[in-house]
Amino acid sequence: MTRALLFGACLLLAGCGLSTAPIVDPKGPVTLVERDLLFTAAGVMLIVLIPVWIMAIVFVRRYRAANRKAAYRPDWDFSLPIEFVVWSVPAAIVVTLGALLWAHTHKLDPYRALDSDVAPLQVEVVAQDWKWLFIYPEQQIAVVNELVFPSGRPLSLRITSDTVMNSFFIPALGSQIYAMAGMQTRLNLKADEPGRFMGRNMQYSGDGFSQQYFEAISVSQEDFEAWVAKVKQSSEALDGAAYAALAEPSIKHPVTYYSAVEANLFDGIIEKYANPGMSHGTTSGSSLGQ
Amino acid sequence: MLGKLTIDALPFYSWVAMGGAGVTVGGALLVMAVITYFGKWRYLWTEWLTSLDHKRIGIMYIVLALVMLVRGFVDAIMMRAQQAVALNSEGYLPPDHFDQIFSSHGTIMIFFMAMPFMTGLLNIAVPLQIGARDVAFPFLNSVSLWMTAGGAALVMISLVIGKFSTAGWTGYPPYSGIEYSPDVGVDYWICALLISGVGSTLAGINFVVTIIKRRAPGMTLMRMPLFTWTALISSLLMVFAFPALTVACALLGLDRFFGMHFFTNEDGGNLMNYINLFWIWGHPEVYILILPAFGIFSEVVSTLSAKRLYGYRSLVYATIAIGLLSFCVWLHHFFTMGSSANVNAVFGIATMVIAVPTGVKIFDWLLTLFRGRIRFHPSIYWTIGFIVTFVIGGMSGVLLAMPPVDYLFHNSTFLVAHFHNAIIPGVLFGYLAGFGLWFPKAMGFKLNERWGFRAFWCWLIGFYLAFMPLYVLGFHGMARRMETYNVAEWQPYLVVAALGAVVILCGVVCQVIQMTLSIRHWREERDLTGDPWVHGRSLEWMTSSPPPPYNFAVIPTVKSRDAFHEMKRHGTAYRRPARYEDIYMPKNSAVGPLLGGLAFLLGFAAVWHIWWLVAVSALAILATVVIRCFDDDPDYCITAAEVEAIENRRFEAMALADTEPEEAARHPAFAAQMLPARAT
Repeated sequence: MTRALLFGACLLLAGCGLSTAPIVDPKGPVTLVERDLLFTAAGVMLIVLIPVWIMAIVFVRRYRAANRKAAYRPDWDFSLPIEFVVWSVPAAIVVTLGALLWAHTHKLDPYRALDSDVAPLQVEVVAQDWKWLFIYPEQQIAVVNELVFPSGRPLSLRITSDTVMNSFFIPALGSQIYAMAGMQTRLNLKADEPGRFMGRNMQYSGDGFSQQYFEAISVSQEDFEAWVAKVKQSSEALDGAAYAALAEPSIKHPVTYYSAVEANLFDGIIEKYANPGMSHGTTSGSSLGQ
Repeated sequence: MLGKLTIDALPFYSWVAMGGAGVTVGGALLVMAVITYFGKWRYLWTEWLTSLDHKRIGIMYIVLALVMLVRGFVDAIMMRAQQAVALNSEGYLPPDHFDQIFSSHGTIMIFFMAMPFMTGLLNIAVPLQIGARDVAFPFLNSVSLWMTAGGAALVMISLVIGKFSTAGWTGYPPYSGIEYSPDVGVDYWICALLISGVGSTLAGINFVVTIIKRRAPGMTLMRMPLFTWTALISSLLMVFAFPALTVACALLGLDRFFGMHFFTNEDGGNLMNYINLFWIWGHPEVYILILPAFGIFSEVVSTLSAKRLYGYRSLVYATIAIGLLSFCVWLHHFFTMGSSANVNAVFGIATMVIAVPTGVKIFDWLLTLFRGRIRFHPSIYWTIGFIVTFVIGGMSGVLLAMPPVDYLFHNSTFLVAHFHNAIIPGVLFGYLAGFGLWFPKAMGFKLNERWGFRAFWCWLIGFYLAFMPLYVLGFHGMARRMETYNVAEWQPYLVVAALGAVVILCGVVCQVIQMTLSIRHWREERDLTGDPWVHGRSLEWMTSSPPPPYNFAVIPTVKSRDAFHEMKRHGTAYRRPARYEDIYMPKNSAVGPLLGGLAFLLGFAAVWHIWWLVAVSALAILATVVIRCFDDDPDYCITAAEVEAIENRRFEAMALADTEPEEAARHPAFAAQMLPARAT
């Protein structure tokens, strides 16, 4: 039943030229499960929707005032059996969907590490006006507006913002989450195959918001290592001064590689806001990483 | 002297903005010129602007709502046009201007279109439905109206002087804080919401008290018409929810004006507090708007299918359940904030539970139509269009109530499609159905039906064209509020959506034609009986259309649900009383418009930091209120003889309507409405 519905839904969406849309055609286990939950729930709800549509059309046609052949019961206003059905069917659907919701919300908790034999790749994400900074603490590198990671290996993200609230989202991989200054959110994702996906800020954040997207690229383990080596060749390093310059608002910031990162940069960005009296809004490079 | 206000505040930064300012100023000047040309200023002031009559206040609320609907719709069509062309280009709007448009669109449609439309319908119908002569606090009612109008005027003037907020209708900090939005836009938004929020809170209190205390003898709670029930629950929600919004906006204002740190990034501020407060108001607000529409649908299906409402008790309990649940779900607006799975799941399930009473309501309306005699009137069309379309919005709502699905669609155009899919059929179609249903009651003549049907079809088809593509774009991962984009696959959908907006525009044009034709041919469509749909069931259909200032010469005694229907059945509906009595009604008062004007001035002065003017207008408001408190003679008397004369004219017209409709059309039946105003 579920499979048939899923198939039907996919067919319908394909008809709309949607078969390649990232949420219909997921590239990772998270979006896949989320999408299937979506289609299943939508299918279950058709149990209510279809009768409503039929009744609306049939009743309006049949009981139009001009049709004097139709029955007319002006004082009929209650029927216990009907009332029972009317309350219990939606209630039963909500109970079913509620159980599904409970299980899936726990299973798909963005903070939960994904099942895997391999240790996840750690990346720290900083939302800035209007770009994304990715720090790889193990590799000691940082990149602007490009997130490269091995396919088949979980990706464990710690996310914050050094500006207004942003929302981090890679539709093909799933689960959006807010990036908020002075706070850290977490997100666990995985890509099944190598590929290139669109990622962006979903939360309106000002003039450069529309162009605040990046490419998420999943590659093989060897390609990942080669890429890290390439980043390491960069002449730029992300120290306090470089970070302060980067944090200035910019639109369509080019992909930038940093071969070294100041220690604890990410925690310092959070601390800056969490620690009262240290800073007054302006990003001062010297206060970072202390 | 003028604070931050300089010549730079005029909109010379873009041609489109100058055009908007020009249309606003030109429109205002044109209206004033027309009023002057016809010499109607005195009439307008004494008969309308200072009136405390709930029916006239209701009409003025709706006029405000319709004007703002046009403004909000212009914003919508500009956004659709921008997105249709903005693939890899700037389009025709700079980002700064596009951002103001989406912010003002949402702000206007919720606060200055839907809220006044709803309050207007409540004003027109509720006192009549419960057999009352007016609301509990007629003067407060006028203050509410003018506070709402003052807020609306602030939003409008931001088109001409300065800029509007770019922070969206939700005004999330820290973006809306002074550090990231240093210009006056957010201040306009805060002041407009604070001022109109006072109006909404007062209106809520007024209707709660009216419905609890002013019902006709014999009208128990379970004999109230369903619209009155929904009005009661909705007013209760207003009383409890609006203070949260007022607090959220006021704290944001303190951050902005006085450098405090409630919601800033640093110094202990936390945006989460704002977002929680905002949605503690924001989610009940959805039901504040939609419950009265549910009440309207209930009245429409039973009145226009000449049948008792099916499942009255179910509908009442469902309304109460929705009202209670509406306060338990606010967190679903930010599942993506990183709450634990338990928290998200609990709020998700609470949200889904609302679908049960809502589903019950849908079936109860359908079962009311079952074995009825449905009169095909535009209001029935709006209702059927609502049922068929709203269930899709309900389905997408339940989907979004599942946190894992919300993780995919939060902040996407899917979400935009969802809430428009709930609010356009649910709220707007409902209000338009109520507008058609009660228009003859308020104005004394019916609306043209042919153009009503045309408007309906344009709105319905336009709606599907405009919003179904947005659902699809959600699957593509398109974010809301994008001024430009670089994904070519999105453009065809956005072009279709823009086309949908054009079809809706045709609907709006049809409504303008409908109104024009109806007014021009009002004599042919006069309602002399007071019961234009013949099968009126509740008390509002008992009195004349439009009703005299006192509504009921003798307060009816209610013996059952559908009171007027039962009276007609027992032949007691139009019985003349043995004698009439003097009736005391509230005098007109200029204090309402004065307070609205002063509040506008206060808001404007605060926006531009003109502190002396802030002080002067605040003191003036205080003085006005104090002086009003010493008015010991707020009522005037309509003598028994006058009442008798008015009532006799009505019965005469009704008799004529039966025998000689031609002549009846010219009968001065509602001369009652034109009683000399006994102004302040």
